[in-house]
Order: sequence, then C-alpha cells, then structure tokens
Amino acid sequence: MTDKFISIEAIAKRYPGAGGATTTVFENLWLSMKRGEFACVIGHSGCGKTTVLNILAGLDAPSEGAVIVDGQAISGTSLDRAVIFQSHALLPWRTVLGNVAYAVSSKWRSWDRAKVRAHAQTFIDLVGLSGSEHKRPSELSGGMKQRVGIARALSITPKMMLMDEPFSALDALTRGTLQDEVRRICLETGQTAFMITHDVDEAIYLADKIFLMTNGPGAVLAEVVENPLPRDRGRTDLHRHPLYYALRNHIIDFLVTRSKTFTTEKPDHDPRNVPVVHIGKPGLSIASNGEEPRQTWMPGTNPGLSA
Amino acid sequence: MNTSLRLRAGLVSIALLAAFLGIWHLATRSTAPVTTMSPEYAKLMGLTATQGKSAMPGPLDVGAKLWEHLKRPFYDNGPNDKGLGIQLGYSIARVGTGYLLAVLVAIPLGFLIGMSPLLSKALDPFIQVLKPISPLAWMPLALYTIKDSSISAIFVIFICSIWPMLLNTVFGVASVRKEWVNVARTLEVGTVRRAFTVILPAAAPTILTGMRISIGIAWLVIVAAEMLVGGTGIGYFVWNEWNNLSITNVIIAILLIGVVGMLLDQILARFTRMVTFPE
Ligand SMILES: Nc1ncnc2c1ncn2[C@@H]1O[C@H](COP(=O)(O)OP(=O)(O)OP(=O)(O)O)[C@@H](O)[C@H]1O
Ligand SMILES: [Mg+2]
Repeated sequence: MTDKFISIEAIAKRYPGAGGATTTVFENLWLSMKRGEFACVIGHSGCGKTTVLNILAGLDAPSEGAVIVDGQAISGTSLDRAVIFQSHALLPWRTVLGNVAYAVSSKWRSWDRAKVRAHAQTFIDLVGLSGSEHKRPSELSGGMKQRVGIARALSITPKMMLMDEPFSALDALTRGTLQDEVRRICLETGQTAFMITHDVDEAIYLADKIFLMTNGPGAVLAEVVENPLPRDRGRTDLHRHPLYYALRNHIIDFLVTRSKTFTTEKPDHDPRNVPVVHIGKPGLSIASNGEEPRQTWMPGTNPGLSA
Repeated sequence: MNTSLRLRAGLVSIALLAAFLGIWHLATRSTAPVTTMSPEYAKLMGLTATQGKSAMPGPLDVGAKLWEHLKRPFYDNGPNDKGLGIQLGYSIARVGTGYLLAVLVAIPLGFLIGMSPLLSKALDPFIQVLKPISPLAWMPLALYTIKDSSISAIFVIFICSIWPMLLNTVFGVASVRKEWVNVARTLEVGTVRRAFTVILPAAAPTILTGMRISIGIAWLVIVAAEMLVGGTGIGYFVWNEWNNLSITNVIIAILLIGVVGMLLDQILARFTRMVTFPE
C-alpha cells in the first residue's frame, strides 16, 4: 500500500449522450504508480487517455471514484503535479522568460523579481534555450515551444509530471533530443512521470511501465507491461537488447488486434487486478509463450512504428 | 515595392481630391443671370437666381472661411457665436466623459458576465432588449429625470457606447482559450490573479475592438444629441449655422467632425495594436 505514490481508484467518466443516454468513456478504472516511476499510456485515439490525465491533474473531475496522490485524495489542481500540454499552451503575450517566470512566481509568491528571473533562467538554460529568453512564443519553432513548456513544468519542481503527447507534433530529430532531455531530467530529479504517447518506441525508451488501454467507448486498462530493458538504456541501441522486439511486438499486437477484441475475449477481466506482463519470463508473459513469431524483425524497416 | 505602392496610392488620393475640388468649383461658380425665370421664383431664390450666384459655397469660399476659423478657434462672443475649437472641445469633453463612464461600467461588468455562466444567462434578456434601443430615444427620459441638458447628452453617450464594449468584453472573456486557463489552474493561480494575468491579456484585443466600435458610435451620436439639446457643441453649431443659412460653416463643421472622428478611431486603433499578440 505504501509503495503506491499515485493510486487511481475505480474512476469513471461519463458524458450525457444524445436522447438522455450517457456515454461512458471508461468506468471502474484502477491504476497505480510508485514514486519515481515513469509510466506511459498507449491506446487508440478517443479511448480516454487525455481524460485520465486531466483527472490526474485535477483539471477534470471523475464521475465516480477517486485519485489518491501521496496518501491524499486530490481535489483540483496542484503545484505538485505539473502538466506539459500537447499544444504547449504558452501564453503568447509573454516572452519565454515571462512564461517560465509566471510559473515560478505562482509557486513562490513572496520571491522578488530578480530571484524569480534567476530561477526561471536556470530552467531555460536546462532545456537549452539560453539566448532565446526574450523571444515571444510566436517567434519560436515547435520544438522550442515544447521546451519552454518543459522548462515551465520543471521550474516549479513538481513531485510529478503529467505529459499529454508532448512530442507528437515534432520531427524525429527534435523528438529524440527532447526525449533524452526529459529522461535525464526525470532520472536526475526522481520525478514520477505519466506520459501519453502514440509512439511505441518512445514508450519503450522512456517508460518503466506501459499501460495498454483498449478502444473506447467503455475502454479498460487491459495490461500493465513491465519494461524489461535496463534503466541505463540508450536511445540508439535500444533495438540491440534481446527483449526489445518481444516487447515491441507485444505492444503492436495489442494495438493492431487485441485492443479491439480484448473486452469480448476476456469477459472475466478484473479491472482491479490488471495483469502485469513481464516480457521474456515464461509463465507470466503473454508475448513469448512459445508461439512462432509471425514476422521477421529487421531494425528500422518495420512499418507502423507509431500507432 | 511597398514604398512605391504607398507613393502611387498617395498620388491617386491627391488626384482624386483635386478632381473633386475642381468639379465642386465648376459646379458652384457664378453663372450669367438666368433670364427665363418667373419673377416670383427669382424672388424666392434670392441671390442664387438674381445674381447667378450658387447658394452652395465653392471650395474657395469654404477654404477662406476655414482659414478664418483656424486663425481664431477659441473666441467666445456669447452663446451663439463661439470659436469652432470651443464647440469641438465641448463635444469631445461630453464624448470623453460618457465614454469613460461606459468603460468603467462595461469592462468590469463584462468580466463578471463572461466569467459567470449564471450571470450571463440571467442578464442576457435585459441586454438583448436594451441593446437595440436608439440612444436618442433615451433623451426625453434623460432630460426629464436629470433635468440638465449637458448631463443628458453625456448620459446618451454613455448608453450608446456601453453595448459594444460590454458584448465584446463578455465574448472575449468567455472565449479565452481553455488551455491558457488550464495553465493558470495547474499553477494554482487564484481567481483575481488569473483574471488579470491570463484573461485580461487574452481578451484585451477583443475588448479594445469593442472600445473602438464604441468611440465611433459615440462620436456619431454626439452630433445628433447636441442638435437636440442645443447650447454648445459641434452638433449645436451645425444646427445653428443651418438656421443662419450659412452652408459654408455647415460644410466646415462636417469636415471637422470627420477629422476628429478619424483621430479618435486612430487613437483606439493604436491601443488595439499595442495589446494584440501574435499567436
Ligand atoms: N466534453 C465531452 N463531451 C462528450 N464526450 C467527450 C467530451 N470530451 C471527451 N469526450 C469523449 O471522451 C472520449 C475520450 O476522449 P480523450 O480526449 O480522453 O481521448 P484520447 O484517448 O486522449 O484520444 P487522443 O489520442 O485522440 O488524444 C472520446 O471518445 C470523446 O469523444
Ligand atoms: Mg488526447
């Protein structure tokens, strides 16, 4: 019980549908994370990932259930949980420094201007934007805007970071650099991180745990996949790890076929005890149960790299 | 390219102005007496018919008179003979007072309505009914209750300039991008600070657009209001000169009303540009 830093307990989200009916995005969803863990959520569009993240952030309230962070049920947003928005959400009338300083002065209200600026500057330097502090968001590239969003989230030294597809709008090169940065920062500062992504390789590189969600409406958390790769993995030699392809196949199989059929195939699925998948450990794993691999794996030639 | 376009546009403007003045001059210059006119009609028409002089002043007459006015804009020879500067000053002061009062009411009220769905729904029927009323229709009521013609004119300005500002403020505040509000929420920014640091800057361009529409309407209405209440102001001047049959002065007043209206609009346009942010 004590190792659960975050515990999502039986949450549901319903919207009023047409003709008095209600649409249930998901219900009875349980999910937990340990302190310092990096979790990624993968699932098809519309299954409710953003909804879960918004509930976790406190921006949205669940229709049922509760979210417990650090032993306390949350009610609303908190400076302990920083959000990196998919659309970066920078305030366009403020400069880079102004955007970060806004967050800093919101957390430490008594600080004077100079102290706020100095603190903001260190985080701007951290994400490699020194020299662009006085630019407005409209003068920045997509990757630079996303960095400002990261600097803003980190500057308030949160206990956890919530990221909604933070890199999906970026080119592969920028995405790679920012993934490295986020991973380094999260490891260094012991952040607990919760990230939504559509990119399987991103999840494999960053996550300790990967949550797989089935298609909505009525989405369920189908499996928790433990990442078997060592913690000190490098982005460029991920694919050399012996378990990399088993892990990747497992996730892609899920996205391609099982995400649609899961609920009908597993009517006895217990949302409170979601199966934990350990790739490469027979008996516990689902992917490596002796079946013949259906494809031959060649690094870099696999279509459907992102779902 | 850009400068040459400007230069060419400027040249065309000057040419158009010259053409206009030329046609005006030709159309109003003295012609030979018309002999085929019945004597009664000639008597009625006065100078126009008997001396072939057009009642419509030409550009030279207007120019000469304008120069006279510009030389002495602030003289005061009693209630019916004041310099144009003084008359314009009265009008601008009334517009300014009514408009500022409207700003003080419309923007805070618009903020409240925009931020509160309850108030928005509750006040909507009142706004819908009050908005289409011609500001001049309020005049008798204002004169009766306030009993002061000058303050009544200010009230009319207030009531006519409040609606565009109020509606634009409500709209601007209610349609602030949700993600910006969410940023403030995740940073635990309180309502008041959020209003000033997120909602106000985000809605400012829309609010300023409303203010710009309002100043235009206020300047339109002041002329009509002053014609009704009389006493002072550029509207009263126009009406008074019409009663004196001085078309020259009426034309000059029209010209100055246009120029002042343009200046007021430009000032607001500049403020709008100051608060507009590129996305
Ligand atoms: N205000 C709303 N009213 C009704 N339904 C809504 C509302 N907001 C979201 N939904 C529904 O909730 C579901 C989940 O939405 P959500 O944004 O969480 O999806 P997502 O998993 O983040 O998708 P994506 O990967 O495309 O971002 C969707 O099917 C959507 O139609
Ligand atoms: Mg989403």
